[in-house]
Amino acid sequence: MKRTVSTLLAGALALSIPFASQAHRAWFLPAATVLSADNAWVTVDAAVSNDIFHADHAAYRLNGVSVVGPKGNKVELQNTNTGKHRSNFDLQLTDEGTYKIFSASSGLRARWEDANGKRQGWPRRGQKADMAEFDKVVPKDAKNLSVSQFSRRTETFITAGTPSTEVFKPTNQGLELVPVTHPNDLYAGESAQFTLLMDGKPAAGAEVIVLPGGMRYRSAQNEIKAVADEQGNISIAWPEAGMYWLSASYEDNQAKAPATNRRGGYSATFEVLPQ
Amino acid sequence: MKKLLPLLALSLPLSATTFEANVELPQLDVAEYHAPYLAMWVQSSDRKTIKNLALWYDHDKAKGKGQEWLKDLRQWWRRSGRGLDMPAAADAFTGATKTSGSYQLSFDSAKLGLTDLPAGEYKFYIEAVREVGGREVLSVPFTLPADKALTLTLQGKSELGQVSLTVKP
Repeated sequence: MKRTVSTLLAGALALSIPFASQAHRAWFLPAATVLSADNAWVTVDAAVSNDIFHADHAAYRLNGVSVVGPKGNKVELQNTNTGKHRSNFDLQLTDEGTYKIFSASSGLRARWEDANGKRQGWPRRGQKADMAEFDKVVPKDAKNLSVSQFSRRTETFITAGTPSTEVFKPTNQGLELVPVTHPNDLYAGESAQFTLLMDGKPAAGAEVIVLPGGMRYRSAQNEIKAVADEQGNISIAWPEAGMYWLSASYEDNQAKAPATNRRGGYSATFEVLPQ
Repeated sequence: MKKLLPLLALSLPLSATTFEANVELPQLDVAEYHAPYLAMWVQSSDRKTIKNLALWYDHDKAKGKGQEWLKDLRQWWRRSGRGLDMPAAADAFTGATKTSGSYQLSFDSAKLGLTDLPAGEYKFYIEAVREVGGREVLSVPFTLPADKALTLTLQGKSELGQVSLTVKP
C-alpha cells in the first residue's frame, strides 16, 4: 500500500512539473571554442537557467555528459564539480580537430486519466521507461491516454587547431543537428546552415529559436526564429559576435508503437566571433 | 592558336613579382605594453589562395607556449593559421614580435611561394593583436600581374600605424 502511495505521489509530482527540464534552458558554456595551443585545456560550465549563460537556477548533472574527440575517442571530463547552480569540468584537447560535448536521453512517457479523473503518468520522475513495466502499469483503455516517444539532446563544439567533422555524424536517434557550416567557424555578419534530423530523417517543420547570451543586460529576448524546411535545413544569420544558445523542438505522430507521438528537443551553444 | 595566347599568358607564373612592406607600430601610452602578435598575408578574392608574408609571435617560448595566443589573430587564424601544422609549417615567415617603431620588410618570393600566384584579384591583409590590448585588421585590394610598381598605403587607427605594400612586377 505504501508503495502505491509513493507511486501516486511521484506521479503527481512529475505531472505538476511536466517536462521540467524543457521549461528551463540547459546549456554548456565553454570558456573558449577555438584554440591554438598544443594540448590546450578548456574549462566548461554546465547549467540550467532561464537567462541564458547566467548560472542562477540549477546545475546540469554531469553523469550523462560525454565528450567525443576528433578521432571518435571518448575524452575524459577532468576536475569535475557540481555546485548549487552550476557544474564545471575541464578538458584537455590532446588531438587536433573538433570535439563535441553532449548529453542525450530518450524514452517513452505515458499520461492518462484514471477512473476518478485524476491525471496519471509513467514512468515515475527520474526513472527509465521499462517496457516490461509499461504493459503492467499503463491501462490501455484509460481516458485521454497519450504515449510519447521523447528525446532530448544538449551539445556544444570546441576546436583545437584545424577544424574536423567526424563528430558531426548523427546517431539517427532523436532530434539532432548536423552542421553544414562548421560550428567553430561562425562569424558576425555571416550565415550558418545546419540540418535538423529526427531519428535520422529531415525534421521538416522543426521550430528553432536562437538567443544571444548576456540576457541580463538587455530588456528583450532578441530571439532569432527559424523553421526547418523540407530537407530539415535552417539558416541563421549572426547579427553580432558573442555566445548564442540554439534550441529546436520537433513533434509529429510518426512514433513507433505503443507510442502515438514523438517529440524531440535539441539545444546547443555556439560562439560567433567578430570579423 | 593565336586566340589561345592571351590565356596562356594569364596562366604563366608571375616569377618576377616582388613584395615589400613598410609597417609602423605605434607608440602606445598604456600601463602594460606587450609587443603585438602580427600577421601579413595575401589572399585571392575567392580566398582559395592564401600566401603568408609574415607572422610575428613568441615563437621561441619553451614548449610552444607562444602558440596559445595565435588564435587571437582571428582573421589570420581562420584563413590560414588553423590549417597549418604549427610551428614547422610557418618557419619560412615566422619572426619575433616587435615593439613600436617602423619596419622595412622585403619578402623572399621564392621561399614564400609568391612566384606562382595566378593572375587575378587579391587582397593584402595585416592583422595585429596585443595581449591585454586591442586588435586591428587592415586590408587593401590589388590586381596581379601588376604592370608597373604600385604602392598601396593603409592607415591604422589603434594597433597599427601607417602600413604600405609595394608590389613590383
